[in-house]
Amino acid sequence: MNEMTGTPIAHAPGFIANETPRIVTARFDYEDSHTLERYEATDGYQALKKALKKTPEEVHDEVRDATLLGRGGAGFPAGVKWGFCPPGVWPRYLVVNGDESEPGTYKDRLLMELDPHQLIEGCLIACYAVGLSQCFLYIRGEMAVAQERVAQALNDAYGAGYVGKNILGSEFSVDIVLHWGAGAYVVGEETALIESLEGNRGMPRLKPPYFPASIGLYGQPTIVNNVETLANLPWIVQHGADAFTAIGTESSPGTRMVAVSGHVKRPGVYEIVNGTTTFRDLLYGNDMCGGIRDDNQLKAFVPGGGSAPWFTPDQLDLPFEASQVGPQGSMLGSGAIMVMDETTDIPAAALTLTKFYAHESCGKCVPCREGGTWLEQILRRVVTGRGTARDLELLIEVGETICPGEFPHAAVPDKGIEAVPFPYRMTTICFVGPSAFAPIHSALTLFREEFEAKVAGNETRTMIEVAVDV
Amino acid sequence: MSEQDVTEVTVTVNGTEIEAQSGEMLIAAADRAGVHIPRFCYHERMSSVGMCRMCLVDVDTGRGPMLQPSCMVPVSEGMIVDTESDDTKRAQEGILEFLLVNHPLDCPVCDKGGECPLQDQTLAYGPGESRFIEEKRHYEKPIPISDLVHLDRERCILCDRCTRFADEIAGDPLIQFTERGNSTQVLTFPDEPFSSYFSGNTVQICPVGALTAAPYRFKARPWDLEENESTCTTCSMGCRISVQSSRNELVRYLGVDVESVNHGWLCDKGRFNFEAVNSDERLTSPFVRDPDNQRQLLGTDWGSALASSAEAIRRAGPQKVGIIGGSRLTNEDAYAWSKFARSVIGTDNVDAQLGDGLPAELVLGLPPATIADACEADTVLVIGPDLKEELAILHLRLRGAATKGRTQVVQIGAATTGSDSYAQRSIRCQTGEAAKTLSELLSSDDPLAKQLSDGSVVVILGRSSVAESVDPAVATAAVIQAELPHATFLVAVRRGNVRGALDMGLAPGFLPGRTRISNPSASLTEKWKQIPEKSGLGTSEMLQAAAAGQIETLILLGADPLSDFPDRNLAADAIQKTKTVIAIDNFATSSVAQADIVLPATAYGEQSGTTTNIEGRISRVAQKITSPGSTRDDWMIATELAWRLGGDLELTSKEDIWREIEQVAPSHAGITLERVQSSEMFEGILVQQSSIDLALPVPKDTPVADGYGLRLISGRKLWDAATTTEQSPSLRHLAESPSIKVHPNDLQRLGIPSGTEVRVISTRATENLTVTADDNVQRGTAILPFNQPGVGANRFIDATAVINDIRIETL
Repeated sequence: MNEMTGTPIAHAPGFIANETPRIVTARFDYEDSHTLERYEATDGYQALKKALKKTPEEVHDEVRDATLLGRGGAGFPAGVKWGFCPPGVWPRYLVVNGDESEPGTYKDRLLMELDPHQLIEGCLIACYAVGLSQCFLYIRGEMAVAQERVAQALNDAYGAGYVGKNILGSEFSVDIVLHWGAGAYVVGEETALIESLEGNRGMPRLKPPYFPASIGLYGQPTIVNNVETLANLPWIVQHGADAFTAIGTESSPGTRMVAVSGHVKRPGVYEIVNGTTTFRDLLYGNDMCGGIRDDNQLKAFVPGGGSAPWFTPDQLDLPFEASQVGPQGSMLGSGAIMVMDETTDIPAAALTLTKFYAHESCGKCVPCREGGTWLEQILRRVVTGRGTARDLELLIEVGETICPGEFPHAAVPDKGIEAVPFPYRMTTICFVGPSAFAPIHSALTLFREEFEAKVAGNETRTMIEVAVDV
Repeated sequence: MSEQDVTEVTVTVNGTEIEAQSGEMLIAAADRAGVHIPRFCYHERMSSVGMCRMCLVDVDTGRGPMLQPSCMVPVSEGMIVDTESDDTKRAQEGILEFLLVNHPLDCPVCDKGGECPLQDQTLAYGPGESRFIEEKRHYEKPIPISDLVHLDRERCILCDRCTRFADEIAGDPLIQFTERGNSTQVLTFPDEPFSSYFSGNTVQICPVGALTAAPYRFKARPWDLEENESTCTTCSMGCRISVQSSRNELVRYLGVDVESVNHGWLCDKGRFNFEAVNSDERLTSPFVRDPDNQRQLLGTDWGSALASSAEAIRRAGPQKVGIIGGSRLTNEDAYAWSKFARSVIGTDNVDAQLGDGLPAELVLGLPPATIADACEADTVLVIGPDLKEELAILHLRLRGAATKGRTQVVQIGAATTGSDSYAQRSIRCQTGEAAKTLSELLSSDDPLAKQLSDGSVVVILGRSSVAESVDPAVATAAVIQAELPHATFLVAVRRGNVRGALDMGLAPGFLPGRTRISNPSASLTEKWKQIPEKSGLGTSEMLQAAAAGQIETLILLGADPLSDFPDRNLAADAIQKTKTVIAIDNFATSSVAQADIVLPATAYGEQSGTTTNIEGRISRVAQKITSPGSTRDDWMIATELAWRLGGDLELTSKEDIWREIEQVAPSHAGITLERVQSSEMFEGILVQQSSIDLALPVPKDTPVADGYGLRLISGRKLWDAATTTEQSPSLRHLAESPSIKVHPNDLQRLGIPSGTEVRVISTRATENLTVTADDNVQRGTAILPFNQPGVGANRFIDATAVINDIRIETL
């Protein structure tokens, strides 16, 4: 990990409160936030009771009206996604995507560790609204504390009658099944997660069908939602869609959790107002990250998880709003912001990320399986000072086989480089392949001089010369 | 999507409008329109996986051109496709460069070089040069993944074809992807080889040289191969194959994809037993018994051998001559022998079956079904042998139809079979009592009874066990004829061209063209002049007569009764008591070794003609190599013998024979030589017409079990001691040495631990065998496979009994 920072991280940063209204982190300040007692003492399971008094359609409408955008990365409205279930096809399943593995992202982990009941209540509300009788909670294999706490919470919830048969005396019954992941990044992709849940290799399914809502787990309609998305539901049901949309902007209402890592003074998870908070607010705000470490200059930051194209200080004033970030060449993704200050070795930082995605390729499709590793090999040569000017071109050429056409990137006004809007095109089945290329493309486009310095003076060599060297 | 929903849509491919069916994949529609899209993972007989990305093309469905994998995109109305756009070409070049970065490029020593899709498509669509200068991936190469298949993981491009085949088509998911990303590789599970009966298909569909077949490795270069389209005659399925040779030696068979029969697949037995044709053990010249030393055969010339044979036939007279066998022969050869027996010798003692099939009456007279009928029927009722073992590709076709939900397979029998895994229902009954079980089922309120009486039914009927007489099968046919009159039949007789031999009249009481001896056609009477009036003896009766000293000359026409007739004691007795045994064969089988005169015949691949499969489909058998030594075609031997007996078959070539068959065999009328030589023969010509008025024999009842013994069940295994298997070096060790399998409770009752040697006693023999406890075996029964190396089941069987019981004792 430390090719990027140069210094070891003693422990993973936690949640840091700020002045934003607290929707999903409201209980994080309590020591015992994960217990049923604390949850019940702080309005817990009241939203479920309220929902059960309404019809499922009314609850679904409430969520649809709240325009709750999926917090997993794609940002698709949850209420609309729910509506994709073909009518009259039963059973239907809810699958909770708790396989949070995007580099830099650790918000769902906190939600599961610190407020597991909120997630369970969210699952129950979703199941009630869409008519799902079975829920599968898929938690990343490495998250030992989250697994323990969710399991304990689920036992307690079963014991208290919130989960199981005839919940709270109603006709509504749901079973929740826990499943631990086995350590594959790609399983965060919803169809790969379904494959893994079915006991198969975690490989993405081919599209079409585009949404598991039509054909998903065991061939049945399946809703796959992110942990944070579901954690919002109790608040929305309790306070209403209007209260939710009153926060943030019309197209991105509510709050969202972001995880900041890297060279800021206070790395951690923040709940911020969606749509209006800017990257500058987050990174420099006194109630948030408090500026760059040692008051260094900001060099670059990744705005939405390791697979997002990078931004530079020129984009600091963009808000957390997909419709504004996309045209500027990147995405908000999973809400992970990785910050690099002026001391960062940019090519080495890119290598760290590319190495991750090449390693995490599932091996199913050729461009990702072969291209990802090849990119890593070329970049490693460059970073270790053995590359040539030709290698810099080759990086882009190889990347173009994975992502044909222009790849999105941010504008660099000083160099006269204009932004290329998101998204990219790809020859792969899923986003893992392009993710291996994204850091290379951003780094090389925005900081070409650092790469040129690494290859300066090296002659382009023939295959035989390289072989002898190896 | 149901079939009613399919509509015609128009798609524009490279500027030309083509018609396609909604729901079909773009790559398939393009193939039909003659537009080739390169591909590696796509295979038209398997589901699409979209892994190799080689078939990316520009597809515009109204939102502008986008690169899409054409194996995953269903066609839609108005779709505009460009398979030659700059984007497509760049993608193709890029994918090929990626595929080659870790490919070893050891083409000069690769079996696939010269016929390799990776090589060919690199030439056609590749970038021309690689920019990859890093070290390639390395693995140990090659590693055997089974006795027959080797895997080279360096060459593998991970297209999922072999693994998909093993899982989807063969139902043997014994090879899988392991590891991930750049380290992904195909492997078997630890200590579990890829021992599938269908493993050779993975070699054929591998788009690179990653999978190679042990029998073919380094045998030839593709450009040195010559090939002829032919039909496999290992069993009666009639799979279409390409027979390939190099330097006048058979080196490889490949499956040919015909819709009606094998879909391109072959079983490993059929695929690899070409080795037997090349065997050094082939008979290449005639032999006669040494008059001075009866234990020895002496080499002789054809003239003397034929003269002695003719003399033996003449001396015996028509009533004391018998001809057993003929299913190894082509239709034409079988016809010549049928004519020779009736019109020259004057005997009707002919039988192509070896007492382990079904009466010709049933084979020729039951309402016929095709393989396709079975795969589309509402219900397929399997009452007969284990199809996976005896008609492996029929098993594969049925499995495919059943797993896709096109048909429901119901199996009734005394033992577990390979069909159980995909059967809707496997109904267990006592051996010999399938008819009773079926009859009870049909009169019950089981929903299956309604399914059978209301829907279409194809019955695959055969002998469930060689230790059972024909009676239980006949009784089953009678129940079905009475209760399910709409059912049609695929009669599971197993040997190569047994169906054709019966069609040509190599069965007592039957003449060519599915007619009875009492009812010859006018043209047949004119050509044959002399036809015996009375029905002759079948194999079982002939052997009984011979054992009683009533047969003087016995002709074994490619038959080995000592191994294949259910009752070895009777066969041995018959051969011993017969004055002259004339054997016409390829190898010195155990029966041939007992013969007095041995005439060497040409083998598969050395003779041309036609063969007829289980459903009555006539297809081509091609000559590819010249036969060794002085071997002769079977029909020539018949004409030679006829001439020496003062007759003349008036047959001078295979073509001649076919013309005569077309004239005299009513069922084959209209199938002219021109048609047989035309492209119509690719799918084969189906002959279903039969003038036989079915009169089922009255079956004997199955006797009640006595409670002391165990009922013997003996089915065949794909890997057994069959001559062609034994003579193929790669296959001969695949048969397991047999043990008798008994239910653990029965063994416990006898106080015998599993794995011990016991004494097995029947009315015929007492032999020592190893006993194994197996809870798949029903209580009260014992399973001993037929024709295995070592102590075969045929030692214990009394061919005259309906059911054979055995007892097991400690030594």
